[in-house]
Amino acid sequence: MQNKSWKPWAMMAPSLSAVFLLLVIPVCFIVVYSFWLRAPTGADIPAFQFGNYAKFFEDFFYPSILIRTIRVALETVALCLVMGYIPAYFFYRSETRHKSLLLLLIMLPFWISFIIRTLSWINILGETGLINHLLLKFGILNEPLSLLYNEGAVLLGLIQYLLPFMILNVYVSLEGIDKSLLEAARSLGCTEWQAFREVTLPLSLPGVSAGCLLVFVLTAGTYLPPMILGGPGNDMIANLIFKRVIGTLDWPFGSAISVLLLALLGVIVFTYNRYLGINQVFKSLSS
Amino acid sequence: MSEITKNTEGSSAAPAAEDASAPHMPPVKPPMVQFKGILKKFGKVLAVEKTDLDIEEGSLVTLLGPSGCGKTTLLRMVAGLETPTEGDIFIKGKRINDVPIHQRNLGMIFQNYALFPHKSIYDNVAFGLKYRKIPKEEIREKVLRALEMVRLPGVEKRMPGQLSGGQQQRIALARAIVIEPDVLLMDEPLSALDENLREDMRREIDNLQQMLGVTTIFVTHDQREALSMSDKIVVMKNGKKQQEGVPEEVYNRPANHFVADFLGHSNFTSAVVQGREGNFVKVELETGNILLADAPGDWKEGEEVEVVVRAQRFEAMLQEEFSPDGQTNYFEGKIRDRSYMGGEVSYFIDMAGGKEVHVISMMRSRIYGIGNDVVVQVAPEHCHLLPLE
Repeated sequence: MQNKSWKPWAMMAPSLSAVFLLLVIPVCFIVVYSFWLRAPTGADIPAFQFGNYAKFFEDFFYPSILIRTIRVALETVALCLVMGYIPAYFFYRSETRHKSLLLLLIMLPFWISFIIRTLSWINILGETGLINHLLLKFGILNEPLSLLYNEGAVLLGLIQYLLPFMILNVYVSLEGIDKSLLEAARSLGCTEWQAFREVTLPLSLPGVSAGCLLVFVLTAGTYLPPMILGGPGNDMIANLIFKRVIGTLDWPFGSAISVLLLALLGVIVFTYNRYLGINQVFKSLSS
Repeated sequence: MSEITKNTEGSSAAPAAEDASAPHMPPVKPPMVQFKGILKKFGKVLAVEKTDLDIEEGSLVTLLGPSGCGKTTLLRMVAGLETPTEGDIFIKGKRINDVPIHQRNLGMIFQNYALFPHKSIYDNVAFGLKYRKIPKEEIREKVLRALEMVRLPGVEKRMPGQLSGGQQQRIALARAIVIEPDVLLMDEPLSALDENLREDMRREIDNLQQMLGVTTIFVTHDQREALSMSDKIVVMKNGKKQQEGVPEEVYNRPANHFVADFLGHSNFTSAVVQGREGNFVKVELETGNILLADAPGDWKEGEEVEVVVRAQRFEAMLQEEFSPDGQTNYFEGKIRDRSYMGGEVSYFIDMAGGKEVHVISMMRSRIYGIGNDVVVQVAPEHCHLLPLE
């Protein structure tokens, strides 16, 4: 009986130690760094003071980037939701025997490096890119459109990165819906659309909710699409951290921003889980 | 309850009059559900062969057969969940092939209950009423009455997940009857339940069906369910109707080997017709024994037939206690094996001619042991002849 208590721990030990060594300890370092002082010489002096945090809120510049990050993340979530639910629903209703192949297609982009995928948009959206080239060639425009280096391009880059996550989450949730529920709804007088609204949509919400959370968190922490596809005004919080740490080597301030971002996302995830009650929905479905 | 019954009657009167005008219809009330030349293919697979079937108003008809026999497909075609490849389906004399599911006014019960897990019991039961433009107070009244009818009053605020399987199926029943459907369709409604619960639920469905007088099509693979509830049983195999009749008829006068084998425990042996003897047909069994069978119809001398005897119709007794009388068929044998099943005993008896006979004997006095020499007898009325397939 006694060995039962340590067995689960033994089995989790490799992953737990990896998480501890590679995630928890570095995060602790970051937290410690965030209190250090940055001397005018560029050296970091161990200290315990809140100057780095105060600097973030000194004027509106830094908080505005944080607010922009949240806004862009919400926009990405909304767009991914609309663009992801429809294909997920199509897969779910599809009668084809090659469903796994369809899902493989969704995973296909992951086989190419994220950076390459993001960079390739330059060839499509740039001034000499595909779209402008065609528009000019067919005489629709006289001057190329500036499609790059704005928020739209950033959103595009984010969506092409995050859409598969949304589709897969929604699909899994849809696939779990017992089809006889739809038949029951139909036999009770629902049209197909009403049955979707009454049964399919509410029962797919756990997947929608998980997909939204995932997309939000990933967007809030990403820096590549804004860096490659965005202009100077499209920086997000992760770009700011990147610039502080890599650009100006200001580790204490970069760490402080990281801690703030971590805290903010933590609060969001916690509240989301608590009030949207993902677990509750799952419970009612599994019974 | 009274109101639902009234409405069912009231709503069925009108279409009957409508059909009187149709020239090809006899002037009698048409059946509630009618299959005419129904055939269903899934791709190249024939799921249901050309089938005609009438289901009378107020009756409970069971579609009985092993899995894959087409019984569920037949049911789903009534519901509108499958489209017949050929043929027409009529409800109350009206062709419904092209009527979409949600306009058919049918109550459907599923094997897995199919309650909406995200809706309260109240909302589940009220679901169909909501789409029938009924005022809120009336919905409330009907829902509460339906819950009382399935003997689950007071659960309306709970969620389906909080109820047991049997309770969930009763809610599903309430949800189906509350809309006062023309036809109640039940797709193996009892097979997900425990053995003990199944019997209770079966009686409940039976009572409710009779009380409401709602026409019901009941799909099952369980012969006991079929025999105990049905006004009519339709036995199916490989998409083909094998026999149709009241339970007694299907059980006692099976139309073919399959039906005899599927319902109850039957003994089969091949034989050759020798002629008539009084009211009975005399046949020679493959073991050489002579047997009298009560077989109406025309049997020619020399015709090869199959003799069917239910295991329960045989009677076994010790050889020294046996004295032959009149026309009873009897054979000698030795008990090879037996199994005790509580209320009855199953004997497997090696007959003189090398054939094994299965006898199920209600325990009246005692149980015979393995190795006992016995006589097995059966009255001619319980011996049936089938043409050899």
